[in-house]
Amino acid sequence: MTAFRESVEAMIPALRRYARALTRDADVADDLVQDTLVRALRSERLFLGGDVRSWLYTILTNLNKNRRRSLARRPQFMPLLDNNPDASGTEAEGRDISRALATLAEEQRAVLLLVMLEGLSYREVADIQAVPIGTVMSRLARARAHVKASLEGERPVLRQVK
Amino acid sequence: MTEPMIPVTEDELHAYVDNELPAERRGDVEAWLATHPEDTARVQSWRAMSDALHARYDSVADEAVPKRLELERLVQRPRSWIYGAIAATLVAFICGGASGWLARGVAASPSPFQNLTLDALDAHRLYVVEVRHPVEVPGDERAHLQVWLTKRCGWDVRAPELDATGLKLVGGRLLPGPTGPASFLMYENASGERFTLYTSRSETGTAQMRYTAADNSGAMYWSEGGVGYVLSGPVDKDRLNQVARLVYDQTEKSGG
Repeated sequence: MTAFRESVEAMIPALRRYARALTRDADVADDLVQDTLVRALRSERLFLGGDVRSWLYTILTNLNKNRRRSLARRPQFMPLLDNNPDASGTEAEGRDISRALATLAEEQRAVLLLVMLEGLSYREVADIQAVPIGTVMSRLARARAHVKASLEGERPVLRQVK
Repeated sequence: MTEPMIPVTEDELHAYVDNELPAERRGDVEAWLATHPEDTARVQSWRAMSDALHARYDSVADEAVPKRLELERLVQRPRSWIYGAIAATLVAFICGGASGWLARGVAASPSPFQNLTLDALDAHRLYVVEVRHPVEVPGDERAHLQVWLTKRCGWDVRAPELDATGLKLVGGRLLPGPTGPASFLMYENASGERFTLYTSRSETGTAQMRYTAADNSGAMYWSEGGVGYVLSGPVDKDRLNQVARLVYDQTEKSGG
């Protein structure tokens, strides 16, 4: 296996975690990861060095954006309960955080997860979303305020656009 | 302990929690937090949020990777095209045409030409949303773009003039196609609507124009002289057809 493939393979668990948190649906999440991997492998020859990790997160984030765009015109079925309740930690807590994530605007959710769950730097997230760092920081601040309010039991106010 | 000279901003609190704060400012923030319980509470709530996220989702990363995500399988998939093509041809005969022609996830694997169209639609969807880097070579370098893509692809790549339909060339890029390189050209009108033209080597010598739509994008695809063409854009069939005819007329003149 080439070094490139090895570094892609090493990222699969983290990509699955990110996709699961992003979509909160185990099947949809793995579909996204699969599409991401297929695309990455297909573009292997076009990958001219650089950070494989950031590149994979970028592909996955964009694919999810497209998926949501195409879903936007169809009726939405929201699962009543989270697809895979967590084994560790209390189930109720897990549902709370995933429910709080569900109320976020797409870009905010991606920023929050990339920074807090995946541990990417502001700079890396800015490159992934193709926006200035300032935008990443304001999205993160809004996402945190929103999730905090949601966890504390306030009814989420109207979703802020940005 | 010295009082911080500059008040700590909310941005700095976030940066502090995320380890993005310059080292020399950390001490200031810590001193600030010692005297500002509300900010301390906020910082703690963000840390708790982070813990909750990890508690909920880290277990996903510890699960065994499902078989369908194994790289070996994903790499080998393209090799089953030949068998898939036979199956798809049979299915196409039985169904008697275009219905289900491009439906994903059906039992039969797609044929090479379908794969080409699916690749084109994927590329379309991936790049039309791109704001800053939709293309590698911008449209104002049309001549260079055509020479470069022609050289890399091995057939005559011309960027057709679509001004008659209000579309201007944004630029183009080289992509990996199913059987070799593919050229990818993007056009845009004044309202930001984007069309893309994807061409790649196709074993289907000549095929008449067909229409397909999936996931909010539509495509007209045909092949001419061993080159497959896929024009992708919005699902509006008449509009696609109008642009596709314009492309077709110009590629025919230049000899495909």
